Amino acid sequence: MIERLRQILIKEFIHLFRDRHARFSLIVPPLLQMLIFGYAASYEVNHVSTAVLDFDHSPESREFLERFSASRRFQVRELLQNEAQIPSLLDHRRVALVLQIQPGFAELLRKGQTAPVQVVLDGSDSNSALIAVGYINQIATRFAQDYQLQLADRLRPALATFAPNIELQERPWYNANLESRWFFVPGVIGTLVLVSVMTLTAFAVVREREIGTLEQLMVTPISPAELIVGKTLPFLLVGLANVIVVAIAGTLWFQVPFRGSVFVLLLGTILFLASALGVGLLISTICSTQQQAFSLSFFYITPAIMLSGFGYPIASMPTALQWFTNLDALRFYLVVLRGTFIKGIGLEVLWPQMVAMTVLGAATLTLATLCFHKTLD
Amino acid sequence: MNLRRLLAISRKEVFQVVRDSRSLLIVLLMPLMLMTTLGYGVNLDARHIRVFAFDREGSQASQDLLKRFQSSAYFDLVAIVTDYRALAAALDDGRCQLAIVIPYDFSARLHDGRPANIQALVDGSDNNTAQLAIGYAQGVLASYGAAVQAEYLRKSNAPTVNPVLSVEARTWFNEDLESKNFIVPGVAAIVMAVVGVLLTSLTVAREWERGTMEQLISTPVTSLEIIIGKLLPYFALGMFDTAVCAAIAVWWFQVPFRGSLIALTVGSGIYLIAILGLGFWISVATKHQLAASQIGLVTAFLPSFLLSGFTFPIDQMPVGVQPFTYLIAARYYIVILKSVFLRGSSLGFLAGPLIALVIYAAIMVFLAKQSFHKSLA
Repeated sequence: MIERLRQILIKEFIHLFRDRHARFSLIVPPLLQMLIFGYAASYEVNHVSTAVLDFDHSPESREFLERFSASRRFQVRELLQNEAQIPSLLDHRRVALVLQIQPGFAELLRKGQTAPVQVVLDGSDSNSALIAVGYINQIATRFAQDYQLQLADRLRPALATFAPNIELQERPWYNANLESRWFFVPGVIGTLVLVSVMTLTAFAVVREREIGTLEQLMVTPISPAELIVGKTLPFLLVGLANVIVVAIAGTLWFQVPFRGSVFVLLLGTILFLASALGVGLLISTICSTQQQAFSLSFFYITPAIMLSGFGYPIASMPTALQWFTNLDALRFYLVVLRGTFIKGIGLEVLWPQMVAMTVLGAATLTLATLCFHKTLD
Repeated sequence: MNLRRLLAISRKEVFQVVRDSRSLLIVLLMPLMLMTTLGYGVNLDARHIRVFAFDREGSQASQDLLKRFQSSAYFDLVAIVTDYRALAAALDDGRCQLAIVIPYDFSARLHDGRPANIQALVDGSDNNTAQLAIGYAQGVLASYGAAVQAEYLRKSNAPTVNPVLSVEARTWFNEDLESKNFIVPGVAAIVMAVVGVLLTSLTVAREWERGTMEQLISTPVTSLEIIIGKLLPYFALGMFDTAVCAAIAVWWFQVPFRGSLIALTVGSGIYLIAILGLGFWISVATKHQLAASQIGLVTAFLPSFLLSGFTFPIDQMPVGVQPFTYLIAARYYIVILKSVFLRGSSLGFLAGPLIALVIYAAIMVFLAKQSFHKSLA
């Protein structure tokens, strides 16, 4: 039995490495994915292009607007003269927001009343717009506070000396400079290993069926179980190799740290690959052409990535969808990846994720084996 | 070019698509699946950020501050702990995303006017949520600080006033800053990238793999007739999917539709031609289904997701990456989609991206034809 298994494994490996296209798709797409994600994926909001329309022309309004020019979050590109200029600026996406100060701004401040600051913003990128509004609010609150103190100090010096003074000292743990790459590079390892292992597995069996060689295999003394192990084991190894190559590339090229233990990462990878192989195998038993296999893989991969917390926080999803994410092995694998790379935590923290992936892996593999038996009969 | 021969090829392709009912079903369900996962799953705004607090003072002032965190919609004050170790453990296993530490001499410092610094330990392994959390925490602290300062000035009978700045934000194009309005219009570009590049390249590559392409070539059909004939049914499918996407966006997700239907149709048609040409080119270049699907994934699906401005704003990408986005057809199409849905721009405004797409499509069809000629020789 071991001998038969060995033969099947050898056959699969020869297949995999003799084929120029398969070799190509093992190496190039994963590395390209890592490069694209490492460079392009970022939710940071800096240098928001801003236009300014100051009708007040007072020292106060100038000082207020000065704070925007000084902030790295905003970049004041245009000084406007009238409101009529606003629509075309926003329509042509030359600026994302316009700050507008009405006449009487300073007057209201001096009297201690509410002075409005009008902001017109382009909401078509709602994420950036929301973050920008947050920054504007902060600058405005801080400005009003400082202004009040200045006013009081001018009338009664020394008052400012004892004025309460609170600051937030933020200390990001694990990722001191809050770099997007540190978030996305470990995550992309999970998505690309899912994509490559699942499609390779799904294609492998379907291809043999399409060409007709699956029937040839079935007339040999190889048992279905041996066939499944022989078909999946090479891809498990390919997946592991993929993870190692991309992890090394990511740490060397993007300088993402690796703080945990390699053992925990590999254990998590194997458990995760079990479910990826299971789903791939399941797809290959259902489909009769490679095109079907591909479309069906795609049908699984897209929600699996979207709902995994790869780029979009799970906590912000509707409750029903959040529950659904528990069926997604990638969700747990991403916790393991980010935990071992960035946080440096071990099994004492990550065991629930490992258990979850074991359960999901066992379930999909069992299901796939049962279906596979049926299609062979 | 002979219309009868062209239609014959198309008819054959239509038969192939219709007979493969599973693939057809998948293609028809694709917009629905992508729309629901992306429309519901993508919400970048962080709500209910899990907060742990370590209150080293336990005074009235520190409790007032914590109450402000509790009442904020952005934070869930999960637990108040009594030592650093509990904070560290909670950050490690993800039970807390933000930890607030109030110093033991908080109220004394407030009273003396010495800086009273609140520490915020944030989980930087998810840098986007971390950044939002810091911003919101600064907002909470700023409003608390303003209240404390006003109280202090009032108590010391300072001859001052209490000015307030109110930020009045008017959002254009997406008035309630909803994530879905930002995401859903762009989904059509992703669906078309899948249908256009991936499925086309697979069908054409299959003909090469099976050798039926050679049979086709030995008939009197010209290469352009083969290209157009094979792509015509997929063009119809792609346009149908776009219509489904638009219908779901407008009637299910209630995304406003402000532009012209003509602009949407024309833009979609040209984009589809570009992307079908790309798919054909890939399949002729590889003649192999697995390789075609992998290259399609890397050149069409991922870039239209990541480099097109679909979720990640292009102007926030590194300057070195930005030029590459011009090579992505989806970049122009996303501008058209967002304009047609949210901005309501007329055809004239869209001239730029439309012309870019026409050029793109011309180049793709030319490349497809060239490489087809070569592989015949």
